[in-house]
Amino acid sequence: MSTLTREGRAAGESRAQPRSGDRLSDQHDQQPPDEGATPPGGRPDDAALEEMGNPHHGRAVKDAAARVVMWGAFGAVIVPLVWILYTVVSHGVNLLLSSTWWTNNQRNINSGDTGGGARHAIEGTLMMAGVTAVIAVPIGILTAVYLVEYGRGPLARAISFTVDILSGIPSIVAALFVYAVWVTTFGIERSGFAAALSLVLLMIPVIVRSTEAMLLLVPNELREAAYALGVPKWVTVVKVVLRTAFSGIVTGVLLGLARIMGETAPLLILAPYTKNFQRDLLHGNFPTLPMMINQDRGDIGFATAAERMWGAALTLILLVLLLNVIGRVIARAGSAKT
Amino acid sequence: MSATRTTVRSAFGVLALSGALLLSSCASENNTPGGSADNASQAGSTGNTGNTGNTDCFSGNLKAEGSSAQKNAIDEAISVFQTKCADATIDYNPSGSGSGIKQFIAKQVDFAGSDSALKTVAVDGLVEADDAAKACGSPAWNLPMVTGPIAVAYNVAGVDKLVLNAEVTAQIFDGRITTWNDPAIAKLNAGVKLPATPIKVYFRSDDSGTTENFTKYLKSAAPDAWSYETGKKWTGKGEGKEKSAGVATAVKGQDGGITYVELSYARQNRLQMAQIDTGSGPVVLNAESVGKTVATAKPTGSGNDLALKIDYATQESGAYPIILVTYEVVCSTYADPAQGAKVKAFLTTFASDAVQGQLEELGYAPLPTAVASKVQTAVKAIS
Amino acid sequence: MTGVPVVDEKPEPKGNAPLGGDNASTARLGDRLFGGAATASGVIVIAMVTLIATFLIVQAVPALLDNQENFLTSRAWNPGGDQPGFGILEFLWTTVVAGAIAMLIAVPFGVAVALFLTQYAPVWMRGPAAALVDLLAAVPSIVYGLWGLITFAPFFRPIQGWIESTFGWFPLLAQTGITGGTILFIAVVLSIMVVPIVTALSREIFAQTPLAHKEGALALGATHWEMIRTTVLPFGRPGVISASMLALGRALGETIAVTFLVSSLPNGAAWTWSLFNGGETFASKIANNAAEFSNPSRTGAYIAAALVLFVLTFVVNSIARIVIERRKAFSE
Repeated sequence: MSTLTREGRAAGESRAQPRSGDRLSDQHDQQPPDEGATPPGGRPDDAALEEMGNPHHGRAVKDAAARVVMWGAFGAVIVPLVWILYTVVSHGVNLLLSSTWWTNNQRNINSGDTGGGARHAIEGTLMMAGVTAVIAVPIGILTAVYLVEYGRGPLARAISFTVDILSGIPSIVAALFVYAVWVTTFGIERSGFAAALSLVLLMIPVIVRSTEAMLLLVPNELREAAYALGVPKWVTVVKVVLRTAFSGIVTGVLLGLARIMGETAPLLILAPYTKNFQRDLLHGNFPTLPMMINQDRGDIGFATAAERMWGAALTLILLVLLLNVIGRVIARAGSAKT
Repeated sequence: MSATRTTVRSAFGVLALSGALLLSSCASENNTPGGSADNASQAGSTGNTGNTGNTDCFSGNLKAEGSSAQKNAIDEAISVFQTKCADATIDYNPSGSGSGIKQFIAKQVDFAGSDSALKTVAVDGLVEADDAAKACGSPAWNLPMVTGPIAVAYNVAGVDKLVLNAEVTAQIFDGRITTWNDPAIAKLNAGVKLPATPIKVYFRSDDSGTTENFTKYLKSAAPDAWSYETGKKWTGKGEGKEKSAGVATAVKGQDGGITYVELSYARQNRLQMAQIDTGSGPVVLNAESVGKTVATAKPTGSGNDLALKIDYATQESGAYPIILVTYEVVCSTYADPAQGAKVKAFLTTFASDAVQGQLEELGYAPLPTAVASKVQTAVKAIS
Repeated sequence: MTGVPVVDEKPEPKGNAPLGGDNASTARLGDRLFGGAATASGVIVIAMVTLIATFLIVQAVPALLDNQENFLTSRAWNPGGDQPGFGILEFLWTTVVAGAIAMLIAVPFGVAVALFLTQYAPVWMRGPAAALVDLLAAVPSIVYGLWGLITFAPFFRPIQGWIESTFGWFPLLAQTGITGGTILFIAVVLSIMVVPIVTALSREIFAQTPLAHKEGALALGATHWEMIRTTVLPFGRPGVISASMLALGRALGETIAVTFLVSSLPNGAAWTWSLFNGGETFASKIANNAAEFSNPSRTGAYIAAALVLFVLTFVVNSIARIVIERRKAFSE
């Protein structure tokens, strides 16, 4: 059970500690400084105290100042962030309230026209994220399994190092790489799948690192118990280690998905936008929410296009939020075990 | 133990939920066009060229990419075509002329939109026309399809009417005239109260056909004042913004700002547009003044490979001189006849008098009749 | 989203020796298959990175060999043509300076908010406020770009005007004539974008400060602030550093938001130290000119720039990694 505690702390956040610390400090603040104690070197006389400023007074002032600074910083940060959310919601929410937004595409809707919906882009974004996950998740999890359960020595170090490199690749570079392989070398057409491939490159390191962290939390006692019962190693890994770490792994995957769903640069290069439904990932242009935003930004002088742009942005935020909530629910469920 | 099971179950529930989302999105597969069916020549009607033409509907997908200057025009044509042909899907990706030609040569798109005809001279060791022909397996044709004026758009508080000529425009965009009350501007605008606001020049930071046509105008109408090469990349001064939307937004938000931008973007953003004095009095940018210049454009090119040569230095009274022509770059013979039929079907609609007539209210100028009929003939010859 | 494994905080289970690697494995078919699949995945990752590196270098080297200018110190950018000459100095300057300023703003604020959320905020406020910050860490960067371009830019312009007229004598704040996407403006938007990342990661770490440390400090008579300074901050410092490095990596590689906002300079613009100058970053330059990649020598120049960005981001991530490893070594 000790691991579960640890995992719970890792996934959720333990609120108990800061809370009790806070209470302690509050009590402390009200206590008068101890006048009776004599510091080493004797107490300074009043004149000296005057000269250096009353130390007790100075400490209290500093403490109060820190409190004010923290509140101020929170206010200063929260203002632009709430401003952003307000901008997106206030401009975009009207479109989201209409039912066609969720059922229709943008076919035959020109920049200056109203109407139509974003279903094509919502579906496209989810499909692309799904395909990316289908490729990246097994590779990522198995790589993490190798690093934690199997790998020792130079190969493991090499893999760990390359995962670091991969996590440093800017999205635009990943896109250029896939374009060079997919289009320039093999002459295959640009498509949703090509974009998904570049997203795979961005997603794998996120999954490897989060899964690795979760696997390291699985206590050795569980593995040893399984081995002692004669369970083969691979069954141990699949049924004991991965299962114990399951909720943490899923959280990592969903957070990785949230991260790639908003990526735009690879789509610009690899998956041109279409206003129609497109469920063929291998042929033709592909609709996605970031590209829909980008397209309508090009005609932002039209109020209709501007509204669509904010609507698509809000939809994208909601999708990402949905994934985050799912991840959080899983994390909460995981930590509930303690 | 039971707690663990709960977690696993809830996690599976979540997976199932997201799976269901994906499934539900796939479920309605049958009401969308997908793949490419080869029944392009099914339509029976012979059609007449007076209306939108003989709309040979096809089912399937046609891809084009290129100039953002013609985006609103081709969007309109696509809407017209798709309304008639419910099974057809046409995507136009307005990523820029250079990108369109590049993707056309890489066989990524069926035709390209470009603000200038394919180059027949080597640039960086590559000849666009040759490469396009190689990609097609047949000569590639340039078909002029849309003409649109480039506005010199400005935002100066209190100035509703502004006259510029090529000389002064060149000096402004070269950073040699820096305030709005400069004597050179004042001379052209007698009676207008010009403020001392500094001039902020905005240019396109991406490679752009608009830049190329605008610099061509400066170079031919004011060769002394504009000493730079013409090209897609801006060579003058100022502050670069991305795409037409970027420069238009920038000027809108900046007192003293000026830029060159397609008429449709200037209109969208409700920017003031300068009148151009070509030597025979100031000319307002409107359909009539644009039409005059387009009418004087000389068709060049051989056979069905058409190009329009615009006389930027025109001094004809009432002709607005800063104009760009957007071409559709097509293969004369497509390797896949079905593909050729699709291109032909759509471009027939685009070149038809009816669609061309609708473009005017979007900020474009229709092709002159003589050119339009040549384009229609050329479109018919695509196979 | 976070990328910093929370596990690094923890003592590793039993000295981190899960049964000495392959020793526990048997020759069973299932074991060989599963172990093989795991190894293969790792090898795939190595292969991918090798391929990417090869691709970058193969495309960049010929262009670099033809380059007539010094690649690292030139400000000209004329790739392609008979006499290609290009240097990355301007992109390097803009990218690094914008990233650095973004960090100067984001790290103090991010850490302060993390401290606020863990040590100061009333209990009822912590959950919702933390959730809000986490949500903003997940907002796609394109949205920050839109907000910066449409909502924030008009608001920032008068501020910039005031700074220019008041502090213009200072070379870093001199007026340059660029009014839209100045380096400082981009840095501010980037800092707003990465503050939630710094906060989210720092908060996780601050919340794990051992209670014994905090109570010890308080028992010795420390004020609340002194307790934070002597226990929470030292405990969280490595975490804050690695969080900052990850945020810096995001800021350096950010593409779409910067492309929306940036004001590029015309060729031959005079050099200035001013933060109110424009200038493209690596990522925005590449994204803005992707349409221009029409031939190998031109493409190679941009790929070479991408390579520099790649190395820059890698260095930053490596520093984060080293800090994490060191902390691992020192803790417990």
